[in-house]
Amino acid sequence: MIAARRRALTCGAALLSAALLGALAVAASPAVKLLNVSYDPTRELYDEYNKAFSAYWKTKTGESVTINQSHGGSGKQARAVIDGLEADVVTLALAYDIDALAAQSKLIPADWQNRLPHNSAPYTSTIVFLVRKGNPKNIHDWGDLIRPGVAVITPSPKTSGGARWNYLAAWGWAMRQPGGNDATAEAFVKKLYHNVPVLDSGARGSTVTFVERGLGDVLLAWENEAFLAMKELGPHKFDVVAPSISILAEPPVALVDQNVDEHRTRKVAEEYLKYLYSAAGQEIAARHFYRPSDPAVAQRYAAQFQNIPVLLSIDADFGGWKKAQATHFADHGIFDKIYGQ
Amino acid sequence: MLPGFGLTLGYTMVYLCLLVLIPLSAVFVRSFGSGWLHFWEVVTSPRVLASLRLSFGASLFAAAVNAVFGLLVAWVLVRHSFPFKRLVDALVDLPFALPTAVAGIALTALYAPNGWMGAWLKTLGISVAFTPAGIVVALTFIGLPFVVRTLQPVLEDLDREVEQAAATLGASALQAFIRVILPALWPALLTGFALAFARAVGEYGSVIFIAGNMPMKSEIAPLLIVTKLEQYDYAGASAIAVVMLVLSFGLMLAINALQSWAVTRHGER
Repeated sequence: MIAARRRALTCGAALLSAALLGALAVAASPAVKLLNVSYDPTRELYDEYNKAFSAYWKTKTGESVTINQSHGGSGKQARAVIDGLEADVVTLALAYDIDALAAQSKLIPADWQNRLPHNSAPYTSTIVFLVRKGNPKNIHDWGDLIRPGVAVITPSPKTSGGARWNYLAAWGWAMRQPGGNDATAEAFVKKLYHNVPVLDSGARGSTVTFVERGLGDVLLAWENEAFLAMKELGPHKFDVVAPSISILAEPPVALVDQNVDEHRTRKVAEEYLKYLYSAAGQEIAARHFYRPSDPAVAQRYAAQFQNIPVLLSIDADFGGWKKAQATHFADHGIFDKIYGQ
Repeated sequence: MLPGFGLTLGYTMVYLCLLVLIPLSAVFVRSFGSGWLHFWEVVTSPRVLASLRLSFGASLFAAAVNAVFGLLVAWVLVRHSFPFKRLVDALVDLPFALPTAVAGIALTALYAPNGWMGAWLKTLGISVAFTPAGIVVALTFIGLPFVVRTLQPVLEDLDREVEQAAATLGASALQAFIRVILPALWPALLTGFALAFARAVGEYGSVIFIAGNMPMKSEIAPLLIVTKLEQYDYAGASAIAVVMLVLSFGLMLAINALQSWAVTRHGER
């Protein structure tokens, strides 16, 4: 018993000193700090971008700025900000989650998306297939995913922003097949999800399941995530397959007005987002396999991106996120029906 | 001089209120935020019912496994000495100390079809990761220390003379264990079981990695709570939480009753 008590004491002391150290570290760091709350696959992108921006800001104003990152499923991150995580900027997977920020809290105005160019999306991406090397299951387009014996890895669209893009791209493909309508599209996604053996909660989780655990024949992935997996793990293990139709994914960014005003960081936070649109920012995005919005940079990196003939748009083809969310992903929506609810 | 009953009880009540009752009542209030109808609709939907069955079933199963093997571990640690015993003793605490997500990732890597255990089990036609079996594995892992650590002090206090007395009266080792030792251990064993079970019901971090999270099949109730939260459905999330709370509380009361029954029965002997 005494040993146990002593152990508990040591443990408590260790925790306490760790907390104190943490507090000291916070006190010693420079005054200007930004918190960027982002989604799952942007870790590497913002690691590099934050360094570039700090250097840029230092030369421009002489001020040092530290940018902290938080990553997770897009919906979870938005909720964290609503519940009080003091983000200065949010860079999430889809506009719906930032809309929720405006609707559920008074942190940002409802018209946030018009404040920056290109619907506030400095870079875009799309959904592609990552298959095992040599494409043993011969997967070339969405139609191949519903063949018996093909295991598809994708996260749950209930929790993952990326997964909603995956789902909508599949839906869009089915709609554009001869005789395609809502009923055939619903039947198609139903068959597709019956080939899904594991529903991870976020995009990064699905990548791990496919790449590290060796599950599934095809991963529906962000284009940038697919290339990152190839780059990190060697191109000898996977191939990227471009379907005939995919969706133009616009991961938007926004300033969290109420928080920057409280932190007095509006100026630097605004610049942080604007710099994403600069040539330097666009280069970094392109290097991390995001499609740049700047035409000149896009031109330079054109060769590295998949040629996908049709890229659907969330606004033109699905009537915007609000409608898509209500029809497909809300409780009792079409996705719930797939699992017999 | 120790403070008297009135003061200590007062502190106890205030402390419990601040720490337990107030947060819990907030959950109750929130769960009815969208009315009874919504509450009822949420908690009786097939998917929620399936997840509750899975969460409570897997937790009970894991706690039962731990009760048996945790007793064995505690017994060996108390009654025998062997090289590196202290190291083994410390190992028992690891599931306490490890962040649950780390445990989940490690277990998944091990039991996935391409992992060490998973590949071997696959040849036998058994899959663990991404099935309910994987959930039980994770819950057993995190629950082990609760049983071992509650049993150890009781076993240490257990007088060996009682066993010797049983032996002199002609009891076999097995008889002595079942009729003399086990009755003395029941209360602690039940406590350990209850703690391991309670821990397992609420577990999220380690399970989501290994569960596969398929609706109706391998989706635990805490994941559904998180899913609801991520859709900004606070009332729905709290509704599931309330059902879990009530069920857990009921089970805890039942285990407590069983325990006091065991204590009185043992005391009468």
